Amino acid sequence: MTTTDDTMSGEEHLSEDPSLTSEGAQSLAPRDVTAAVERMRELGAVLRMAESDAAGQVADGPVDDGLDAASIDETMIINLGPQHPSTHGVLRLMTELQGETVLRTKPIVGYLHTGMEWTGEELTYLQGCTNVTRMDYASPLFSELAFSLTVEKLLGVEIPERATWIRMLMTEMNRISSHLLFMATNGMDLGAVSMMLYGWREREETLRFLERVTGLRMNHNYIRPGGVAADLPDGWRDDVLRLLEMLPPRLDEYDTLLTGQPIWRERLQGVGVLTAEAAIALGATGPILRSTGYAWDLRRDMPYLAYDEVDFNVVVGTYGDCFDRYAIRLNEIRESIDIVAQILDRMPKGDYRVQDKKVTPPPRARINESMEALIHHFKIFTEGFKVPEGEAYCAVESPRGELGCYIVSDGSAHPYRMHIRGPSFVNLQTLPHLMHGGLIADAVAVISSVDPIMGEVDR
Amino acid sequence: MSDADPAAPDPVEAVEPERLHDVPVVGEAGARVLFPARDELVAVVTALFEDGFLMCLDLTAVDYLVHPGRSLPAGVSPERFELVVTLISHRERERIRLRVQVPTDDPSVPSLFDLHPGTEAMEREVFDMFGLTFTGHPDLTRILMPEDWVGHPLRKDYDSGRIPVQFKGAPTAP
Repeated sequence: MTTTDDTMSGEEHLSEDPSLTSEGAQSLAPRDVTAAVERMRELGAVLRMAESDAAGQVADGPVDDGLDAASIDETMIINLGPQHPSTHGVLRLMTELQGETVLRTKPIVGYLHTGMEWTGEELTYLQGCTNVTRMDYASPLFSELAFSLTVEKLLGVEIPERATWIRMLMTEMNRISSHLLFMATNGMDLGAVSMMLYGWREREETLRFLERVTGLRMNHNYIRPGGVAADLPDGWRDDVLRLLEMLPPRLDEYDTLLTGQPIWRERLQGVGVLTAEAAIALGATGPILRSTGYAWDLRRDMPYLAYDEVDFNVVVGTYGDCFDRYAIRLNEIRESIDIVAQILDRMPKGDYRVQDKKVTPPPRARINESMEALIHHFKIFTEGFKVPEGEAYCAVESPRGELGCYIVSDGSAHPYRMHIRGPSFVNLQTLPHLMHGGLIADAVAVISSVDPIMGEVDR
Repeated sequence: MSDADPAAPDPVEAVEPERLHDVPVVGEAGARVLFPARDELVAVVTALFEDGFLMCLDLTAVDYLVHPGRSLPAGVSPERFELVVTLISHRERERIRLRVQVPTDDPSVPSLFDLHPGTEAMEREVFDMFGLTFTGHPDLTRILMPEDWVGHPLRKDYDSGRIPVQFKGAPTAP
């Protein structure tokens, strides 16, 4: 087996004299006083092996990797995915098993890689949203929001109040639909297939509202630098009210169907446990971090848009297990419903995009009567607008955690570099640690509870 | 949104920049940017870790090949690559950004894996996309591109648009 020297020395001490390792004191320290970061390396939860080597190992039979002596002839490496519905897209896991126990795991990603960061450099700032919206396809408005906020920071424009509140309304709706998707797939992954139908049904209702406003169910390209693409349609308030009325009783049905169910609880409680220290060390954000009892939500702690003006709770777990992550997402839907209700009362009147001729195309009606407006419209959609030189990072709390956008501008109409910090990409690193020591049957529960969206992982 | 451009001190004045942990820092509180040298990176990140910047949010790179004239504080000489590390302090509710200059003839950077294991995938991505190597990284392999891929796609001199779609093991045209 080919691993780097570092890893070997980290694992060999399990069977050899600890004083011989190059890892210093960590192998000698008792488990309860070892820092979580060190313990993680000691566990060796991440399988470090090239794909080709693994293929050879599978053909050759048992793996000798310096685990304890009894396990040497019992471990085997199997592949999960990439083609399996429960791997949420095309995630492949190379898993080392000892009997039914998972030892080490290596997530293999990149099957959906289409070079979207590179594409982002080719598109203008105005077109950029059409690109980023396709990354996290379950919550596209958040990528658009992070991108738009970053561009606005570089431009130095302040968006109108109504645009801010429309953005909040739409992203909270999107959070609801994204979490409902999780409810559906999480149920399906664990055999509660009826849950899939219910989750999908409610998600579709939410998407119907998004479609009424943006014209599309997904990949909206609705939030753009300078505001939003269009004002809310007539009757939006009734649509929202209908949803606010319909959703809470349905969520209570989920409680009846899943939360209180002994089978459901047995299946999730104590499975895939993560400590707060490990989550922070691994850079995990969102429900995964909050499930460990660490109350960190960008909406409350580093407010963007107008989240400092609405009232909501940050839902945290206690044990950091799959059940906590499920319960957090379920209750975050309730909090989002609460936020949406407040937005309904607070929605201000005014412009839905900034009236800055540099950034905003002229309204459709003006184009028919004004030559200048036509030229302006043509110029802004063919050449785009120039953004001052500089670099900026903005982040929002997506349903999966901190979704950040880093843009470097060289003063032209295209980003010089556009980078998206996808929460799924970083959160995926918790998988080996969540699965380590668990049963292979629980692997699906763990993958599901991390809720990775592969479009965002691979970009 | 007033501090739109934290990385642009007035080049005419050329004042000695402020320093934090003995490296130049620009920007106001809440949007500070540090410019450590390559060999100072781990020490600075360790010092910041002790200041409460416990989580490494993001690690990426920029290839400044065709845009060399960016503004940097006095004493920092621009190189082709720049490693950009974003840390967060939950206690102070503050993000901080580190921009490290990496020359093209020796594109290697010390890995932050020992301090922040969460940088593992991100460093692999930077290696894959930009060809920067991270010394001390446990598993520096390609992550998004196929294992046998040649070149680093996000480099500005990468010959994009001329490579046909390739599938591993697919039969080649006669």
